[in-house]
Amino acid sequence: MTFTAPHIDYAGLSPVIALTAGIVVVLVGGVLTDRHQRLVVSLISLTALAAAAGLCIWQWGNHEDLVARALRLDELGLSATLIAIFSAAICIPLSWRDPAASPEGSDPRHTEFQVLLLSSVLGMTLLSQAQNLIAFFVALELLSVPLYVLCGSSLRRQRSLESGLKYLIIGSLGSATLLYGLAMIYGASGSTDFGEISQVLANGNATDSLVLMAVALIGTGLAFKISIAPFHQWTPDVYEGAPTPVTAFMAVATKAAAFVALVRMFDVALGPVTDDWQPALSVLAIISIAVGNIGALGQDSLKRLMGYSGVAQAGYMLVAVAAASETGVNALVFYLAAYALMNLAAFAVIVIRERETPWGDDIKSVQGLGRERPELAWPLTISMLALAGLPATAGFMGKLYLIEAAVDASHTYLGVAIAIGTMISLAYYLRVVAAMWMRPAAEPAPAMAGGSPESDAARSRPPMGTRCLAIIVPAAMCAAGTVFFGVIPSPLVDWASHAGASLVTFL
Amino acid sequence: MLLWLPLAAGFVCFVVPRRAVPLVAVLGTIGTLGLAIALVAGFDTGTAALQHTVDESWIPDLGVRYELGVDGISLFLILLTALLWAGATAFSAFRMPERRRTYYFMLGLAETGVLGAFLAQDLLLFVLFFDLMLVPFWFLIGAFGGENRVAATTKLIVYTLVGSLLMLVAAIATAVLASGDLGHLSFSLADLRANPLSTGSQYWIFCFFAAAFLIKMPAVLVHGWMPDTYREAPLPVLALFSGVLSKVGAYGFLRVVLPVFPQATVHFQELILVIGVAGILYGSIMAFTQTNVRLIAGYSSIAQLGFITIGIFSLRPDGADGAVLQMVNHGLVIAGIFLIVALLWERSGTEELTRLGGLATRAPVLASLFLIVTLATLAMPGSANFIGEFYILIGVFQTKIVYAFVASIGVALAAYYAIRLFQGTMHDRATANADSREIGLCDAIVVAPLVACIVALALYPGLILGRADKSVEQATTSAHREANVITQKGWTGYVPASEVTR
Repeated sequence: MTFTAPHIDYAGLSPVIALTAGIVVVLVGGVLTDRHQRLVVSLISLTALAAAAGLCIWQWGNHEDLVARALRLDELGLSATLIAIFSAAICIPLSWRDPAASPEGSDPRHTEFQVLLLSSVLGMTLLSQAQNLIAFFVALELLSVPLYVLCGSSLRRQRSLESGLKYLIIGSLGSATLLYGLAMIYGASGSTDFGEISQVLANGNATDSLVLMAVALIGTGLAFKISIAPFHQWTPDVYEGAPTPVTAFMAVATKAAAFVALVRMFDVALGPVTDDWQPALSVLAIISIAVGNIGALGQDSLKRLMGYSGVAQAGYMLVAVAAASETGVNALVFYLAAYALMNLAAFAVIVIRERETPWGDDIKSVQGLGRERPELAWPLTISMLALAGLPATAGFMGKLYLIEAAVDASHTYLGVAIAIGTMISLAYYLRVVAAMWMRPAAEPAPAMAGGSPESDAARSRPPMGTRCLAIIVPAAMCAAGTVFFGVIPSPLVDWASHAGASLVTFL
Repeated sequence: MLLWLPLAAGFVCFVVPRRAVPLVAVLGTIGTLGLAIALVAGFDTGTAALQHTVDESWIPDLGVRYELGVDGISLFLILLTALLWAGATAFSAFRMPERRRTYYFMLGLAETGVLGAFLAQDLLLFVLFFDLMLVPFWFLIGAFGGENRVAATTKLIVYTLVGSLLMLVAAIATAVLASGDLGHLSFSLADLRANPLSTGSQYWIFCFFAAAFLIKMPAVLVHGWMPDTYREAPLPVLALFSGVLSKVGAYGFLRVVLPVFPQATVHFQELILVIGVAGILYGSIMAFTQTNVRLIAGYSSIAQLGFITIGIFSLRPDGADGAVLQMVNHGLVIAGIFLIVALLWERSGTEELTRLGGLATRAPVLASLFLIVTLATLAMPGSANFIGEFYILIGVFQTKIVYAFVASIGVALAAYYAIRLFQGTMHDRATANADSREIGLCDAIVVAPLVACIVALALYPGLILGRADKSVEQATTSAHREANVITQKGWTGYVPASEVTR
């Protein structure tokens, strides 16, 4: 029996290859001493990311199946890849202090941190392109496993370890559920290829009950990953416990890749049974919007707040998937990109304030920021206003696009749900802005009895110095991008509509 | 150019040295005022069409265009905006607030937002500016206001954004539903006017729009944010807020609701009239039970906006003409009152009517400026407000006579609270803390032009009426025609639609 290796189009696969090469080289960087490691390793990682991004742009406009139809090269997948690469590139400078500066050497060093980060990006790249059940699952695990480790990477902080473990358990549960769903769908259709599954379903040759079970299990499994309520319970805890740069990366990049995978799975493979999953996703979206927004209301921890806000935002984005139309996919890609900009700006500021003040990520840490540090207050302000969907920001345009997609698909009630959710969300987003501009800076308590280990650690740390700049610049960039795409959204809209169109041609 | 100049000046505020910041801001607003005056001077009165239009593609995939234009309805509101902004900016410039860069930047951004809303001819652009203007006001009140400012501003923004987010959904729904007939997605008001929606969808969309506009005005029942905000806002900002922002809501009715949703307008006419009349009575009664000067002015504006609302919803060109005139009048008057209240506060340190008094003794000029403003508020015959209210009442008398009778009571009530306000502050016995000082030259430069405008309008209201006439007629036509169809059978003594609309 002869085995013919599948034909591989290396050009189409080049972003994946660049990332893999980057991982290998960075791993070798582990031999360097701590002092050189940060610069050299970061440079290598950033180069690998830049190369992958460049290759993505080079491949832009190509539509083809790769590696025996395991992957699909199109603008939709490339969009998610670019978002993931972008957030990883921002995450690297954000993380500069945490891993290497630990005196005991118990925290992972830059090498380990960045290898894990890049592996996760690789997983995202593959996941957003996967069009085969097996590739889909492998990519999802490649994405998740490094993230479990990264969440627990602040080894001296109990919260971080707890967060890593929690994410591991819940994530595995999600994966298991998903895998069960994938098995069902294979059972129903007899194929692992999205295109063939779709054909079988369209011909009505599949058993209904099996397909319905598969839809339910796959929906649940992916809902865990993108933190859709009621499968969101891990989100605030993990977001709070994980090191903030990791939270930032996880919030943005995972969402992008998993949402694109969700679209590919539901719109392509399960496209013929839209009537089965569309109402379910609508209901999940509404629950998610309600739970996320209401949960965020009383939060004092900024990271928990962002966690719940992430649940709500995922609900908004799910509306676009539930619309099951080309406009829906466009809106989703637009919103994912806008969401990346808004969130990264916010997290960057949270990272700085965590290190500068003894309050960790409590909302107190940003009080009076408008007067003291306007260069930090503006990015966070813009990000909060954008997340709240106020005009002249990308957030407004994104919401506009989402609502339009919902109304266009005759689901006006989903549009109204977004509007009502946004109203509730104003209360907590604006609370952060109010803390910055309308309240005086919080006075440090003289002796904090029972202070958390985080705040003790923060107090003992020396002031930030120049490293701050490496964080302020990305924060300012993201904020500027948010405003830019709020005023001149056309480039991003074009980008998003390419992504939507590419999926449709595949259909 | 007119639109972006204030914002540009706001940005410049960030780069110039601290001392020059107010100067730049004032120059920016005065430049805007100059442009607005040029706009009025170059306005062609003979036509109802839009003038000075800009029409650029903005987001082609979503059918949103960057479409601006001026017509008779918005013309004077733009001038009013520019004038009040120049006044309020200069007024603050003499007082040098803290964190002035942020302050003036936000003022500039706010002016751009308001002008944008008045200029926009694309529904989505209108909604965008309508929301945008809230942000700077939220900052201005929240960062520079009184004790309970954070709670007050949160209330304000939640109230108003609840309305405007529903409006966003409604706007998108309008465009999407209209795109069926149109063949492509378009938010352009002209396109939407030409393709009316089915009556059923008009009803709920109307409700969303009306909610947004009524909250903004504020109309009675949805005015809950008003007392807190008015109590906490810094006075120059409040002058703008009350003078201009409340008009955006009324303007929205004329610009969007009447032309685009005529059937729904007629269907809900009675409801809105009831809200308007209730606003007149409630506002007036509250105004003469309050003792805080800001709240007296605040509740009086609820009453005034009640008048404007019923004027618009008389669905007659007369009533709507009067409403446009009254919008400008009220903007001038209320801003004047608030700026003078700011002066009173500086002289006596209180805003409670019971603790004010006798301020006129050594300040004749201030007192007479205030007197003119007061008389205009109570719509003294001879003032432009009188003419405005007169037109409004004519309009309402012609359609719904009962409401007109009730509304007329409001005119009498206005006299009571306005006189009470004036007497309580200026006359009466001087209280211990009062320091009767004449108005300073700097402040006079700001307040006097406002008062001069009030007087000028009183002498020649035709300035506005003549220019607004054609556009107002166009705006009310479709709703008016619709109303006629419905009422034709049982209603005699009614001017046929053809006669008015021709």
